[in-house]
Amino acid sequence: MTNIAVVNQIIPFSCVDGPGSRLVIFMQGCNYRCKSCHNPHTIDLCNNCGDCLPSCPTQALSLITSNNKPQVIWNEALCIQCDLCLSACPKQSSPKTQRYSVEQLLTQLRQQVRFLNGITISGGEASLQLPFIFELFSAIKADDELAHLTCMLDSNGSLSINGWKQLLPVLDGAMIDLKSWQQDTHRFITGRGNHRVINAIELLASKGKLHEVRLLHIPGISDFDTEITAVANHLKTLPKKVRIKLNAFQHHGVTGAALNWPTCSEAQIKQLATELTQHGVINIVLPSPYL
Amino acid sequence: MTLLTRLSQITRDVTLSPKQKSNFLALEADSSLPYVEVSEPVRQAMDSGIIGDMFEGHAPFKPRYVLPDYAKYLHQGSEYLELSPAKDLDEALNSLAIIYHHVPSVTNIPVYLGQLDEVLLPFCQGLDTESLYRKLKLFWIMLDRTLPDAFMHVNIGPTDNIVCRTILRIDADLKQIAPNLTFMYDPQVTPDELLQIAASNICECSKPHIANFPMHAKAYDKKGFGIVSCYNSLPLAGGSNTLVRLNLKAVALKAADIADFFENTLPHYCQLTYELINARCKFLHQESNFFNSFLVKEGLIEESRFAPMFGIYGMAEAVNILRGHPELTESNSEKPSPYYGHDRAANELGHQISKALDAIIKSTPVDFGYNERALLHSQGGISLDKDVTPGVRIPYGTEPNPIAHIQALAEHHQYYTSGISDILTIDETIKSNPLAMFQLCKGALSLGFREFTANVASNDLVRITGYMIKLSDIEKFKENGSRTNTTGLGAEAAANTKILLRQPRVIAHELTPSYTD
Ligand code: SF4
Ligand code: SF4
Repeated sequence: MTNIAVVNQIIPFSCVDGPGSRLVIFMQGCNYRCKSCHNPHTIDLCNNCGDCLPSCPTQALSLITSNNKPQVIWNEALCIQCDLCLSACPKQSSPKTQRYSVEQLLTQLRQQVRFLNGITISGGEASLQLPFIFELFSAIKADDELAHLTCMLDSNGSLSINGWKQLLPVLDGAMIDLKSWQQDTHRFITGRGNHRVINAIELLASKGKLHEVRLLHIPGISDFDTEITAVANHLKTLPKKVRIKLNAFQHHGVTGAALNWPTCSEAQIKQLATELTQHGVINIVLPSPYL
Repeated sequence: MTLLTRLSQITRDVTLSPKQKSNFLALEADSSLPYVEVSEPVRQAMDSGIIGDMFEGHAPFKPRYVLPDYAKYLHQGSEYLELSPAKDLDEALNSLAIIYHHVPSVTNIPVYLGQLDEVLLPFCQGLDTESLYRKLKLFWIMLDRTLPDAFMHVNIGPTDNIVCRTILRIDADLKQIAPNLTFMYDPQVTPDELLQIAASNICECSKPHIANFPMHAKAYDKKGFGIVSCYNSLPLAGGSNTLVRLNLKAVALKAADIADFFENTLPHYCQLTYELINARCKFLHQESNFFNSFLVKEGLIEESRFAPMFGIYGMAEAVNILRGHPELTESNSEKPSPYYGHDRAANELGHQISKALDAIIKSTPVDFGYNERALLHSQGGISLDKDVTPGVRIPYGTEPNPIAHIQALAEHHQYYTSGISDILTIDETIKSNPLAMFQLCKGALSLGFREFTANVASNDLVRITGYMIKLSDIEKFKENGSRTNTTGLGAEAAANTKILLRQPRVIAHELTPSYTD
């Protein structure tokens, strides 16, 4: 197979993307349009329009023609990470993405395997590049040196049940975002309903592969507090070991209308945690340190 | 300022305690004596800051670090101290508390408190866990309050035993600055679960350091070794008579090119370093009468087990200078690619320099050494250093991610027998994920790190320059003075080396402060 991934960034050592020390791959491209997105430049795939070129102060970007098609080339050595190109892009994309083959990622993993407990694919929405992920995870499991690494996915939960079923044999665990409880609210924030998300959470939980459910609390916008009973009743059905991770909405990275939304204070996130606890939800994890 | 004005100023200082004043007065007296005799080239190299004696004094009348055989002491008692052999844990702890006040060092506070689990285990038979916890906890509090210096070091591990576990528990509960703690790890002996407890402690309070036991043990004989002060590995029942350090940055500036550096400049200044080492040791061993002490007479230390430490620092600057790149500072750190710590060729040049130093150390006899040799040491910097990076570290604020950081420096570790300290600063998120700390530590040791030291950024207890210090203490010190000697050092280090401004911070320290008003 020759699957290629479009990758926004690789973090070689992370402590916050699953259990233990993990290499995290942030894939480019997302099917949601969350107004609250903290990394909006990961949403769209680049269409090589070239509009970002003039914004670059160091000429790190150039446009070439390959197979009769225009292609933006990013020269990492020249880039000073000023991110002016991201503001210039009319889409929600980045010229600084890179393409990786499974073999290239395996090579990088082998170089640092002694420091790692596992690998996490995040995004963007990772599951949009399902065939690549399946091939990568399968290759890790088949490699004597790497097989002990846990393979996890950080997802918005929108993948179809069939998609999840395909991935399950090589997946060790998933972290799923639940952006809101009511359909309307979920649609308002993300552009889509949450049926698939709820289904994914239930499927993963039943297979013992749900590591964490993440709730992003936006006071006055998300509805975990107003729908507390329903939310809690759902969360209580999950296995005890599933972490319920509360995240507090901040303006960092956010663009557009959501900048007018209030941020979530430490007191507000603690309040939500207290209410969930009173409704019988266990294993709640607060942001640490509070950001 | 004349000597008398300085002395009088110390006596009137607002913030120092009487004891701290006495220490500074003694240091001033020592530095007013004529320096041990050295040749003109050595004098010049010292005056221009290429080699230095770390403020150990002009007439070295005590070794820099002393590592008594405490097990032997407890077993045989002491004629000089009029103590009979210890019979139970209370007697053992009491005897230790006594002898600590008779163990000299450069800071006047013992830098080595012993391999305490091994030393105390024979006295713990039949004690229940809670009594042991209570007794050791009181001992721990006593150490912090009476010998308040973060250079003071306890060793535990690599075996799994009740004293080792109890000490880890107490250390996490109390989160004191003193004593400093090294946990020895041996993959053949230490259970993973015990290393995980140590890793959780690091997340709690940036202690213990994890030492690569097999690697250290291999460098010494059966009698063993200890880790003292900030990550100096030295022979047990011996120690270090002196530490002289060589500024590689200054040496590189004298070299015409890389070949000249290896062929001429480096060997030349190493030879001057040796001259200074021998001159200082000669005074200590032949004129000071130190080795008539009861520690020697009662067999707790042996003169032949003292080794000079050959310290180096400024590796990063030396490499960047030799490769013709301007110094990497925080203002141009956004593009660190050709620099030491980031570029493969730069890192390899660093490794070559360490290898060359190792060859010189192994082939050069000294008058008073361990097997007639000095021991190479990657020196962790002092609070007065400016624009030069400690040991072989990657400059402040330009460190890559922890894994790349470890990979860039691991190759150096094999050469630095008497210790090398790299402090990895890891952001606070690791606090809720000790498994990540555990894995990072295991990875570093398996790649050949001698010692794994991590600082969890923005802990209340932050390790600045190699020892524990509370950030809040630094503020307080400016106004009130501090109970802890090293807090003064940290305040000075913070002001001089921009430590507090750095992002991931990575430096170490081992120096008695000289008086600054
Ligand atoms: S981030 Fe890099 S590529 Fe983008 S504009 Fe800045 S220098 Fe150019
Ligand atoms: S990153 Fe955006 S602006 Fe640049 S070429 Fe791609 S789509 Fe166009």
